[in-house]
Amino acid sequence: MPDLEMRDITFSEAIREGLENAMDLDPNVIIIGEGVPDPKAIFNTTAGLREKFGARRVFDMPLSENGLTGVCIGAALSGVRPVMIHQRIDFALLAMDQLVNNAAKWHYMFNGKASVPLVVRVIVGRGWGQGPQHSQSLQAMFSLVPGLKVVMPTTAYDAKGMLISAIEDNNPVIFIEHRWLHQIKDNVPKECYRVPLGQAKVLHEGETVTVAAFSYMAVESLIAAKALMSSMGIAIEVLNMRSVSPLDVTSVLNSVRKTGRLIVADTAFRTGSIAGELISQVVEQAFGALKNHPVRIASPDHPTPTSHFMAEHYYPGPQTIVDAVLDMLGIDKSTDKYYKLCAMLVRDGPHDTPNRGFTGPF
Amino acid sequence: MKNKNQLALFRSMLRIRRVEEALADRYSEQEMRCPMHLYIGQEAIAVGVCAALSENDVMFGNHRAHGHYLAKGGDLNAMIAELYGRATGCCGGRGGSMHLIDLDAGFLGATPIVGGTVPLAVGAAWAASLKDTNQVSVIFFGDGCFEEGVVHESLNFSALHKLPVIFVCENNEFSVYTHLRERQPKRPIFRIAEAHGLTAHVGNGNDIEEVLTIAKTAVDNARQGKGPQFIELSTHRWREHCGPDFDDHLGYRAAQEVEMGLKDCPITKFSTRLNQSNSLSQSDIERFETEIRKEISDAFKFALSSAKPSDKDAGERIYA
Repeated sequence: MPDLEMRDITFSEAIREGLENAMDLDPNVIIIGEGVPDPKAIFNTTAGLREKFGARRVFDMPLSENGLTGVCIGAALSGVRPVMIHQRIDFALLAMDQLVNNAAKWHYMFNGKASVPLVVRVIVGRGWGQGPQHSQSLQAMFSLVPGLKVVMPTTAYDAKGMLISAIEDNNPVIFIEHRWLHQIKDNVPKECYRVPLGQAKVLHEGETVTVAAFSYMAVESLIAAKALMSSMGIAIEVLNMRSVSPLDVTSVLNSVRKTGRLIVADTAFRTGSIAGELISQVVEQAFGALKNHPVRIASPDHPTPTSHFMAEHYYPGPQTIVDAVLDMLGIDKSTDKYYKLCAMLVRDGPHDTPNRGFTGPF
Repeated sequence: MKNKNQLALFRSMLRIRRVEEALADRYSEQEMRCPMHLYIGQEAIAVGVCAALSENDVMFGNHRAHGHYLAKGGDLNAMIAELYGRATGCCGGRGGSMHLIDLDAGFLGATPIVGGTVPLAVGAAWAASLKDTNQVSVIFFGDGCFEEGVVHESLNFSALHKLPVIFVCENNEFSVYTHLRERQPKRPIFRIAEAHGLTAHVGNGNDIEEVLTIAKTAVDNARQGKGPQFIELSTHRWREHCGPDFDDHLGYRAAQEVEMGLKDCPITKFSTRLNQSNSLSQSDIERFETEIRKEISDAFKFALSSAKPSDKDAGERIYA
């Protein structure tokens, strides 16, 4: 892109800019969600939008997730392009009927006569005792439904570009943001631009192991990749998956054909995860290219406990990824090099607050 | 004196009745292979409400939507073809009886999740309000649907933003086989809508003129920016919840109730009244019957001679 004004801004600022750009471009774009115009402005992602676009385009919302999803679908069928926002993805479960039965199926069941251009921004919480109902990572549940697109950008650059693409898309898009990404910076154009949905991107090049990572796990994988490179000279390929549905299996296959090894790092519960689905597809299509059995890195199959004492070892992180890579490569973990590597990965600050070891840009 | 509007109301109700009866007659052939919820007995509601609307107004329906679709001007051929699963059906065979659509007629869609389309009608009204069009949107639903949380969420939002939407509650007292008294406390449904801040109207859904009068007031109110309107109309479902037959032998409703319901036929009631005022002659009725019979027969011919959709198409149009 020529002559774009680039700055380092956070993921939340990038989301805010994406909304503003999309609203500037198309007067049919409106925003609605609990707290959108309030002083906290959905983690500052909607700050100033009501002031700029007025109360007829920027709405607060009654606590009626299902009803208002239906209202947004009805508006979307009538030429409006709503962006609906839930501060936690867990709240969107109240709207599953409208999302699954109406939004996802309207285009199909009415033979393409109408479509639902709706974006639902949902935020996955983590840390500070978010607990069982504020920290679920439900991308696999949404990806189960044909007709929905499901994306989870990691970088601020992708967040803005993919949000604009999602708003311009004629289908319902579940746009999943991880709360711990909101403060990470990236080099982002001030202008309007688009990043296509459904395409993974190489975040770190390598030849030994492919690590296909979703959302915040791409950050953790990048930290692991840098540490492996600097301490042991091991180059892993980190693929930032960016989308869950459509799932860019082709990019993973291309990488696996090069490395012969696959780890999938997911933010969700392990069983029934999109990590499992991705591995299934790679095994079905490129079994012969695999030198080792693929590995899932995901959260354990139980709810997230609230107490930080209980949650300390809940989330996999860079150490989990590093260990999986070394095990896969058959590298001895009783060496000084390994201990130094582990020391590099010890993070500052309490485990239940975002890792300041990586603040961007990517 | 003959009144063209009155004759049109009568004809429209008769047409829906005859279409539904024809469907019931042919359902046992097992070629219309989808669940079907007939509108027989409730015709005055769809016809009366639609008669109060303008062409540009929009509407959503529910699982029992044949009457709504036809009253709004939905294409009969496309409906019958849809029931037969043909490519020329209004959903190309993807929907069946419970998924009807005719965008040209302003019938934006019907679906069978109870309450599912209620907020969509509110959304259409919201869009009309944001775009400053003069359009009104209408949603039909039953007394059972009123128990769904999404309906109350919809009522709340529509009142909050004073949206031009008309909620029509067709109270036939039954959700499948379960009577209202087993599902709701003894209190008027329309009062709940009033408590949500809507203007509520209540009337006899088997009296087409009463329905029309109420609907006209409601539509005028909505169009003039007086906010959402709620209409509760009592009526009677003649046949089984789902399927072509009568099911009163099951004993789920009292014989007296059934008798009263059948006696309160909206079509007979209106034709008697028109007869008494010399507004409708026997020859008018015969003419309508002949025209309708021909139209229905042609629609079945159209459907049965239409191309069958290919299963190769079943995976298409998932995404726009």
